[in-house]
Amino acid sequence: MIPYGSFTFFFILVILLAPTVILGLQGKRFQTYNMIITVIVLAIIFSSKPSSVIALILFTIWQVLLIEGYITYRKRANSGWVFSAAVIASILPLTIYKFLPYFTDTNWMAFLGISYLTFKGTQLIMETRDGLIKQTLPLAKLLYFILFFPTISSGPIDRYRRFDKDVKAARTGEEYKQLLYDGINKLFRGFLYKYIIGYSINHFFIANLRFIATSHFNNELYYMYGYSFYLFFDFAGYSAFAIGISYIMGIKSPENFNLPFISRNIKDFWNRWHMSLSFWFRDYVYMRFVFWMTKKKWIKSRNMTSNLGYLLLFLLMGFWHGLEIQYILYGLYHALLMIGYNTFEQFNKKHKWWPQTSFTRIVSIVITFHFVCFGFYIFSGHFIQKGV
Amino acid sequence: MEFKDQVIELIAEICQDEVVKENPDINLFDEALLDSFGTVELLVQIEERFGILVPITEFDRDTWNTPNQIAIQLADFR
Repeated sequence: MIPYGSFTFFFILVILLAPTVILGLQGKRFQTYNMIITVIVLAIIFSSKPSSVIALILFTIWQVLLIEGYITYRKRANSGWVFSAAVIASILPLTIYKFLPYFTDTNWMAFLGISYLTFKGTQLIMETRDGLIKQTLPLAKLLYFILFFPTISSGPIDRYRRFDKDVKAARTGEEYKQLLYDGINKLFRGFLYKYIIGYSINHFFIANLRFIATSHFNNELYYMYGYSFYLFFDFAGYSAFAIGISYIMGIKSPENFNLPFISRNIKDFWNRWHMSLSFWFRDYVYMRFVFWMTKKKWIKSRNMTSNLGYLLLFLLMGFWHGLEIQYILYGLYHALLMIGYNTFEQFNKKHKWWPQTSFTRIVSIVITFHFVCFGFYIFSGHFIQKGV
Repeated sequence: MEFKDQVIELIAEICQDEVVKENPDINLFDEALLDSFGTVELLVQIEERFGILVPITEFDRDTWNTPNQIAIQLADFR
């Protein structure tokens, strides 16, 4: 069963979460109960595809052994090679999953959520390296973090230390009540975004484009804007469901969207669009790369370091979306936009060529919006499908 | 110079803006004085000058947001 994909799924959640809500309102702890329903809901989600259950179990055992093993190792030694090997090992299942379709017909590594779960494993290795995680993690809590069902299929990508704080939090009935209201509020926003607005855009606009558009160019242009809005409402709607259910379970999963279409520039956009993903890449790829390069003094130019960092980040993000050409181009496109904007920002700091007024602000938003939509047009792969 | 002033001096150097000294409660990220790149430069300099190693993932933008806050956090780290 696809999470948040049917009325039945929500109906099951209402029943399973009723005890959580009752316990929460009485100010009692409910995380042990939540762990039990996580197992039940996972069974319901994956029951339709038994082969993926094996992949999920193997993946989880692999990550747990790796994480606990690395934490144990890190207590007595700290070799860069062991760290690199651990990181590679943690992304190995995802790499196999991405490449397997090119070699065989059955992708035995495939299961719903593999792309998102990988982030959690890699992140734990990196934080252990940084000395932020010192003690071996309790198995039940580690599994709960990795397999937390509300966010299993497509995030938002949480961080262990943040998640852990919420699991431990002792909330009064009043505090939980607020969390519950916020959660329900988000669920309804999810319905509005995904099943009313997103659905309508797809069903009434995109599906009918051949009757609306008058020329090929027109068709592509309308598709570009239609798809951009559809993508936002569909994914922001899903995220609202995932975050809403998390809240009801006492976990404040991080936000994923913050009005991305009013971004003032491309940097601003990446602070507003799919935030848990872009922050992950920012913290664990870009900043680490820049830190390393600056400390080793391998690259003299600051701008060069930053630009190479952007290229690395967005190409990786592209590959993470998939090995298809549109995703690689999408990554490259955003890397170039970031490099271009960075250069402009440096120039403008010196020459004060683009002042900060309410007029330039609006112009900036309009320009950014169009660049962003063109990015989604690349992402959609619509230009390739046409040729086939 | 006091530790706090040294930290604020360093932040002003990284941000290339004296406003940091005039208003040490200014939000560095909201005002676009500091970005990811600037943050890394700051962390590298903190390690070189004060010998304090702050992991990147420890630098949370919600708590390390103003020059004063950064000074307080660093004092804790020492």
